[in-house]
Amino acid sequence: MKTKAQTGRAKEVLLIEDSPGDVRLTREAFRDADASIHLHVAADGVEAMAYLKSDGNQPESPRPDLILLDLNLPRMDGREVLAYIKADAVLKTIPTIILTTSDAEPDIAKSYQLQANCYLSKPGQLDAFEVLMKSVTEFWLKAATLPPRLKA
Amino acid sequence: MPIEVLLVEDSPGDVRLTQEAFRDANKSIHLHVAMDGIEAMAFLRHEGSHAHDPRPDLILLDLNLPKMDGREVLTHIKEDADLKMIPTVILTTSDAEADIRKSYQLQANCYLTKPVQLDAFEALVKSINDFWLTKVKLPHQR
Repeated sequence: MKTKAQTGRAKEVLLIEDSPGDVRLTREAFRDADASIHLHVAADGVEAMAYLKSDGNQPESPRPDLILLDLNLPRMDGREVLAYIKADAVLKTIPTIILTTSDAEPDIAKSYQLQANCYLSKPGQLDAFEVLMKSVTEFWLKAATLPPRLKA
Repeated sequence: MPIEVLLVEDSPGDVRLTQEAFRDANKSIHLHVAMDGIEAMAFLRHEGSHAHDPRPDLILLDLNLPKMDGREVLTHIKEDADLKMIPTVILTTSDAEADIRKSYQLQANCYLTKPVQLDAFEALVKSINDFWLTKVKLPHQR
């Protein structure tokens, strides 16, 4: 069951990822899984913050329904971006998924402490990566109920 | 290693359906049940008869509960430096915007609306298993 705000509208997903290869794979996997996803990309933490601070007011940077966040990023790393999102009263409601090659226990623990909504470890194999992206779209964009849009 | 799941749910019918759906989906899940918010907190804090119960890897939390409601349970979990790390998924019949927004504000890890149809409910439980208990890296148990 979905609220009216969630049906009939493209989902805006912000991918914060510095590897062009991973961006491309994610884009393709999302396109295959659900053509109605708008994927926006920020290549480092500073760019992600600029996107998020525009507060959905810019047509080219709508408020994301979902954020996929890598941990190891140039300039400002993913832990810092996550801490900012989850300390901000307006941004904290956006589900923020950690998507990283790290499966180090301290990274997992720290991410949940900072209130990441969930932690996913990027598989090295291409087909496993595609399967994971498909399960992200199936779960978060279909099964889950996302926060309602903010009123303009 | 078994996966410990705490279901906080007061409807015996929903408890039974969830138990059956998880049993079908994944044999290694231990599903623990707390029937109200007070019992849920006692379970999480290992109090009274829950002294030897395990720390859950995942919590499924209904919002409308007797004694202490789910919003309050969620607040206690997410204000506790240790418990806040346990992924807490809201599983409720409510699809009111105020409940959805409030839950994400309180840092619920995810919000799921219980479908009325039995097969849709089973599919949802299966998707919880497929995503949270199969794909997600859960925080390590201490």
